[in-house]
Amino acid sequence: MNLWIEKQRYLIDFTLASLARRKWKNLGLLLVYALLVFVLASVTLFSHALRQEAARLLQDSPELILQRMVAGRHDLVPPGYMDRIGQIRGVQKKEGRLWGYYFDPVVKANYTFMVSPVAGLARGSIEIGSAMARVRGLAAGNVISFRSYTGDLFSFKVVGVLPRNSELVSADLVLLAEDDFRAFFSIPPGHYTDIALSVANPQEVRTVAAKLASALPDSRPILREEVLRTYAAILDWREGIVLALLFGAILAFGILAWEKASGLSAEERTEIGILKAIGWETGDVVGMKLWEGLLLSLTAFLLGFVAAYVHVFRFSASLFESVLKGWSVLYPRFELTPHIDGLQVATLFFFTVFPYAAAVLVPIWRAAITDPDAVMR
Amino acid sequence: MTRRYSDRALLLLLLLLVAFALTLADAARLRAVRAPALAESGALVRGLGLTDLCLYTEARYTRHPSQADLHSAFQDHPSALEHFPTGSIVSPPASLMHFLEAGREGNGRAPSSGKPEVSGKP
Repeated sequence: MNLWIEKQRYLIDFTLASLARRKWKNLGLLLVYALLVFVLASVTLFSHALRQEAARLLQDSPELILQRMVAGRHDLVPPGYMDRIGQIRGVQKKEGRLWGYYFDPVVKANYTFMVSPVAGLARGSIEIGSAMARVRGLAAGNVISFRSYTGDLFSFKVVGVLPRNSELVSADLVLLAEDDFRAFFSIPPGHYTDIALSVANPQEVRTVAAKLASALPDSRPILREEVLRTYAAILDWREGIVLALLFGAILAFGILAWEKASGLSAEERTEIGILKAIGWETGDVVGMKLWEGLLLSLTAFLLGFVAAYVHVFRFSASLFESVLKGWSVLYPRFELTPHIDGLQVATLFFFTVFPYAAAVLVPIWRAAITDPDAVMR
Repeated sequence: MTRRYSDRALLLLLLLLVAFALTLADAARLRAVRAPALAESGALVRGLGLTDLCLYTEARYTRHPSQADLHSAFQDHPSALEHFPTGSIVSPPASLMHFLEAGREGNGRAPSSGKPEVSGKP
């Protein structure tokens, strides 16, 4: 065993000495290789972490949302709807939601106005998301005015700013009292934006949704699983777009690596010929080249992956932030919680380390089994 | 200090493997550290009945893609071009993709189950 280990160490010594003779060329290859792993790992780490975060957060969203549609557009739910929903078996809890959008011409941003069922806000007071507080320079105790769609000016006192940690879901929120919301948007009593429902048996959500759609033909039920699927699709799509943009670079590297790994230079051929002539066996020559491929690709993979982790989770993926996160005037500041998917890492490892390590083998095998004299010529 | 190339290379690989293991340990640590903040956000989502992430606020169908109605992205007139960049990088609905694939195969017909879906919904 010791003899085998010692032999491998000598093979590595020889391989590295050989690589050192073409130091800059090999260092350049290592750098480009590591850079490619870094880019691919950054994209996959970021997308996976954001997908996990979205799934974790939206797991707590309402089980079923019921909207009313008029001429293909989302419309207010009129009085009487709630009673009709109450007659459908399986519906455990129903709650009318009031929310809408407001464009603020001062900062050219859209806010989401919403009635909070839990905050218990008094009339004339609001709680705001921290991105909005940042953009408008507001803090608890300040007063802000908004001109409603009827032209009237409404003043609100900011009584609280939502936690900064929850910006991913609350950056643009303005929570206010129900009476204020109805007065601001001129929504008559008994009307709601939509209805949030919970179902007694989670297995029956689809059945209840079908019953709702049948009992209220102008309604559109949206299940929580559809919400989760929407976000998974959006984030998958974004990851796909970035990878598609990178495809040219990946292909260019593939050609470079293949050329480097599979084509032997005259110098390398002569070297193999000499090694064979002085008594090296075919297995030793193949082993030497295998070490070369393995050391280079493994170093590049580890360097690239570690750098990608630091980039994504310590520097908020600052290089690809705008492409992966998107943009808006009121953009949330959030730190992603790292979720490393073992399968993703294994896939990245397989597609970056193995092809290079394998590509070096074929030409070296061909050269190693040829007569030393012919190879040297 | 050792001078053998193999020792240096193996030492470098060992260091990189330790750094790799440290990223996994750091991920676990950060998950534990950020768990209370995530729970706080979860409580807010549950309490307010929120349905979407606040990532793209420029239009209602990008602020709440899961709640957008069937025609919101093309609201101005039929076959209007989409104005907002976010919409262009939200994936087309699955039924539309099936329709396009069917068209590419030459029959030009939508599959029988090709019911239109919400923009951004798979």
